Amino acid sequence: MTPHLQELWIYLSTTPLLWLTLTMVVFQGAEALFRRSGGNPLCNPVLLSVVTLSALLLISGTEYKTYFSGAQFLQFLLGPATVALAVPLYRQFEVIRKSLTAIVVSLLVGSLTAIGSAVGIAKLLGADPSIVLSLAPKSVTSPIAMGISEQIGGIPSLTAVMVILTGITGAAFGSWVLDRVKVKDEMARGLAWGVAAHGIGTARAMHDSTVAGAFAGLAMGLNGLATAILLPALVGLMK
Amino acid sequence: MLAYITLLLACQLAGEVLVRLSGQPIPGPVVGMVLLFIGLVIRGRVPADLEKVAGSLLRYLSLLFVPAGVGVVVHLKRLSDSLLPIAGAITVGTLVTIAVTGLVMQRMNRKEGGQ
Repeated sequence: MTPHLQELWIYLSTTPLLWLTLTMVVFQGAEALFRRSGGNPLCNPVLLSVVTLSALLLISGTEYKTYFSGAQFLQFLLGPATVALAVPLYRQFEVIRKSLTAIVVSLLVGSLTAIGSAVGIAKLLGADPSIVLSLAPKSVTSPIAMGISEQIGGIPSLTAVMVILTGITGAAFGSWVLDRVKVKDEMARGLAWGVAAHGIGTARAMHDSTVAGAFAGLAMGLNGLATAILLPALVGLMK
Repeated sequence: MLAYITLLLACQLAGEVLVRLSGQPIPGPVVGMVLLFIGLVIRGRVPADLEKVAGSLLRYLSLLFVPAGVGVVVHLKRLSDSLLPIAGAITVGTLVTIAVTGLVMQRMNRKEGGQ
């Protein structure tokens, strides 16, 4: 029996199917738990999934490369999903046109705050330059952030992790912060989530309302654009 | 449905091509989003099937970030070596950004609405 099981494991551990399926199963379990907890921020589905899957990898001694050969199919969908954000965006076209100046100004302020606070705090607490540069684009959606990180001399795969952790933090505690500073406007809440916490924040904003979701999607796209242009220029200035 | 799945991919592809041709550091999918947006403005409405395709992709948006997040296992040592600066930059930085962006937008939006 045992040799058979071992053979089975060798087969399963090398096929993309196992880790792809596990990712889907774990995520759905995490979502169910999140709902049952009444939306407790610490039960954020992405956070729970990442922790559970990482633990599974470490316990089973599986390399990330093997995991990713299966999970990459999900990551690939980020591209088309980003394009699909045009739909909720179009639904808010009229509103966006009316508030264009407000959107552009808060976006730029938000983008610079995201970069400045990440770099400033990391430097203050004594991080290595490679860590600081990997943290700088942390508020931007992962495919964009990884590209920027590479360009400015960070570590792209480390940046991806920072981006996800940032998204989880924003999704989990954003609502608390926004309530604290009395931001009630749905557009402002959505924009804040999208600028600071990209796609994970956008998913959280959609949970609130379609207006917040559309503005988060808009902010995520525009902040990706703004950071891609601003950050390499800023790094160039600092050198 | 298939036509609109293809449309999303085609927009992304066109975006990637434009980015490479222009040499700008802008991400392809974002350009793809702009292209689709322009298409929708020209068309003047969202086709029902596109709504369905986009809706189902976006409903599970957060799932798509899980694979990159699990990449944390590769960087455990780096993360634990610089735990304080990383944790500080991520938590404080992100929450400050949310507060600042939200406040600026709310204040400016009120002003514009009052004109």
